[in-house]
Amino acid sequence: MAPKTPNKKGTAVVTKKQNQEKTKQALPVSEEVAATNMENMGHPEIYPLVLTTKTQEIFNCRVDEDVTDKQPYKLIKKADIIADFINRAAVSDFYPVKKLVQEYPGDELLLVYDKDFKYGLNFYLVSTEEAKENYLKSPEEQEEQEEPREYKEPSPEDTYIYKPPVSKPWVSLGSEKEIEEETVKESTKPITYMISRKRGQFGAPFKFSDQNASSVKDAYIECTAYPDKNFTLKHLEKEVGMQVIPKVNDTSTQTRWVYPKNATTQYYPREFSEEEKETIGQSKPLIDFLNNMSISVEIALQQNEIMNTFIDDWKSLAEDEGTFGDKTDTHLKEYQSFTDLHNLTEKMITCVSWHPVIYGLIAVSVAVRFSFEERVQFSGKLLLQPSLILFWSFSDPIHPQLMLESPDDIFCFKFCPNDPNIIAGGCINGQIVLWDISAHAERIENIKTGSTRIKKATLKPMFLLEPESNKETMYIRHCAVSSIESGHRKVITDIHWLPGTFEINRMGSVFENRSGISCQLVTCSADCTICFWDIRTQRTTTQQTDKKKEEVIEVPFDVPPTFLHLDLSWKPLCRLRLSKSETTLDHCPTKVSLNDDDASYRTQDKTLPPIKVVKAGESPYYNLEGGMANHLKPIEDFCTKFFVGTEEGEVIYTDWKMERDPDTGRLVPKKPVSLYAVHDGAVHTVQRSPFYKDIILTVGGWNIAIWKEGVMSGPLLQSSCAPKRFTSGHWSLTRPGVFYIGREDGNIDIWDLLEKTHEPAQSQSICITTITYIKPWTFSAKQQFLAIADFYGTLHILEIPWTLSHPSTNEAASMSHYFEREVKHLEYVEQRRLIREQEKKEMQLEMEKKKTPPSCRCYHDANLNFLGK
Amino acid sequence: MTEVEETLKRIQSHKGVIGTMVVNAEGIPIRTTLDNSTTVQYAGLLHQLTMKARSTVRDIDPQNDLTFLRIRSKKHEIMVAPDKEYLLIVIQNPCE
Repeated sequence: MAPKTPNKKGTAVVTKKQNQEKTKQALPVSEEVAATNMENMGHPEIYPLVLTTKTQEIFNCRVDEDVTDKQPYKLIKKADIIADFINRAAVSDFYPVKKLVQEYPGDELLLVYDKDFKYGLNFYLVSTEEAKENYLKSPEEQEEQEEPREYKEPSPEDTYIYKPPVSKPWVSLGSEKEIEEETVKESTKPITYMISRKRGQFGAPFKFSDQNASSVKDAYIECTAYPDKNFTLKHLEKEVGMQVIPKVNDTSTQTRWVYPKNATTQYYPREFSEEEKETIGQSKPLIDFLNNMSISVEIALQQNEIMNTFIDDWKSLAEDEGTFGDKTDTHLKEYQSFTDLHNLTEKMITCVSWHPVIYGLIAVSVAVRFSFEERVQFSGKLLLQPSLILFWSFSDPIHPQLMLESPDDIFCFKFCPNDPNIIAGGCINGQIVLWDISAHAERIENIKTGSTRIKKATLKPMFLLEPESNKETMYIRHCAVSSIESGHRKVITDIHWLPGTFEINRMGSVFENRSGISCQLVTCSADCTICFWDIRTQRTTTQQTDKKKEEVIEVPFDVPPTFLHLDLSWKPLCRLRLSKSETTLDHCPTKVSLNDDDASYRTQDKTLPPIKVVKAGESPYYNLEGGMANHLKPIEDFCTKFFVGTEEGEVIYTDWKMERDPDTGRLVPKKPVSLYAVHDGAVHTVQRSPFYKDIILTVGGWNIAIWKEGVMSGPLLQSSCAPKRFTSGHWSLTRPGVFYIGREDGNIDIWDLLEKTHEPAQSQSICITTITYIKPWTFSAKQQFLAIADFYGTLHILEIPWTLSHPSTNEAASMSHYFEREVKHLEYVEQRRLIREQEKKEMQLEMEKKKTPPSCRCYHDANLNFLGK
Repeated sequence: MTEVEETLKRIQSHKGVIGTMVVNAEGIPIRTTLDNSTTVQYAGLLHQLTMKARSTVRDIDPQNDLTFLRIRSKKHEIMVAPDKEYLLIVIQNPCE
């Protein structure tokens, strides 16, 4: 609407402009055109004109003379223009705007030279006074602005000069028409209704009633709906949005929420009282029932006894599940061997013990290989060298990991079963030595990973190495030693930790052990005594110990104070002297085997709590209470008997409980229960089987013997004399019928009782000298090692093959059967012996009868009666 | 010794027998060789099982009836001899 009309005007203007441009310099040709204004450009007061040169002369607005760039406008009097109209009529250039001029209110019109043809023609006329004023003002302002602009030019152009918005008159561009069209105007005046009630009816009681609307006339006015055609539109096209959704289903349920309450029930079974049971028990129906039913029940029982119908024959036919390794390989394989190359004197290994927890760690006690005379001779030299227990690890065969120092050569030592950082050892001079290696526990734990060894890369030849520089092993001093006067007088031959389940008081009575850990030791020594020791502080302090404490012995700073209370003042709790009643020579015990002794052997025993390597400071041994035997509960029915092997080759079964001697009133050890001189040399192994608590193996001299505790008639098995002396022995840890015997020629005999009982099943040569100690150890189901120590100080580690480490399916059952048979055999032999004695006596009597005259018969008869009983 | 005691003793003396007990129709033990708590437990459980077994047999064939019930487990075998009014329960360890 709006754009339409200006287009026409615009085209007219354009065409006119084109014509005018052509004829600009030509003679003026006046044309009849309507007055056009520049409404389309937003300036309706501007009327472009063409002024010819003649007109310019008349009005003194010649281009570039009167009207210049600086002053492009000229005020022309209205009267002059009207005069021009009269003079030239249609020729006048002002003719198109004649009407405008005539209607012009003011006297002077503004004529502006449009140099740039901004409005299409070279001149334009401003038709309103306001615009004239504006125009006149604006160039003045421009001139004014130009001056300050020129003045401001030298100032930096970066600063932005804020010009506040100047309010300009609103110029209509046609938008007010649109707004007018959009506004909503009320077409009609709104009607006002006022509804009121009669005053009298306000607050009056009212009564509502129902009535049918249709019954009363004019009670309602109805506006029924009717279809109006005006509003029926046919919807031809409709935009609908679609979306695919999964099928949804709305359902609802209602649950009954019940307040949750705790409820309990308790019941007890219905039972009959005793009388009721009696009466029912005697009733006839029960008797009949039992008579009838017992037959079928007995048949069923017998069926089971005859044969187990559910045996899987295939399964029992097969041996073990997949065997690991070659089955025919029965040889012990050499795994590693350790020798201490730094010490110069010849040493022998006296005792070997595997670390109960850490894999690959084995401790060895070494002693100098001197006889008694040589010891006396070289005693000065011996004092300078430390006696050691060496800790070897599989990862390093040259350097021992730890070296425990002791005052003299150790002949036996044991790890504490509850805390593997505590080691007790027995010396050649009769002292017990205790070590606490908790401070180094972490070091030896990490040996396998090799994290603690720094200088492993450089391997210098052995003779260049100095004993102290290249290795990190440290000498660890002992923690405590027993008192020299009150301990043993001669070499301690055996030492054991008592298990943590019981403890012993001074009399030898057994009490329960509150702490649950082993805190007592038993030692036997060549001075014919067996002593029990307690590692806790003893409450009774005699004057002798007070005197001793005056001489304060300085303890090196790196020794842990665990057993400081015992150092040099440790006395045995109870001492047992093994005396023979007939002669003054006493038994000289070499090895001792107590009940429950082998708790530390069974590494896979699940009933025992697992032994962990205890960190320093956490060990229960730091806070041991003193002997509180008075308050502890005694254990009844405890078997206080034990086996002792002596140096003469006897095996003694005796009791450690003391009894009061009726004559002297002192505590005297009981007489041994049984004594057998079975071996031809010193008994060096008395060991209980790890599988059977009451089967003991004793090895000594040239033969071995197997005993059963409780069978007093003799050994179950006694081997014949071997060609070479036996020097050490040990049960196998996994096979009940196998044990290892070491000989003095460096061979190992492997006995398998299921295979042969009269000679070893296998024999293997290990080294060239006497084997002094054998100790097997199980690390896993596949790895079992045998540590063999020899007389020259070398420790050999051998791997036990599959066949020797894995028992066959019924080996345990077969072995127990074997032992039972042997027991029965012994009983039979005993019985036979009695019978034979009797027969022999009868025979003797017969013979005597024949010889002597009949007058003495009554006497013999009497004798016979007596003997025949 | 009464007959009842004799019979029970004879059964108990068989090889491998761990325990014997006589229970009435409601599951209350009358005679037993085991301790009270074990007896009560066995009696209650086996009584229910016997009832179930009997009803199973009779459901399949109403003319049939349960004569003997043997339960073999890994460790031992439980034998139940049912009657109208009593149950005889024997526990045996069949193999060594």
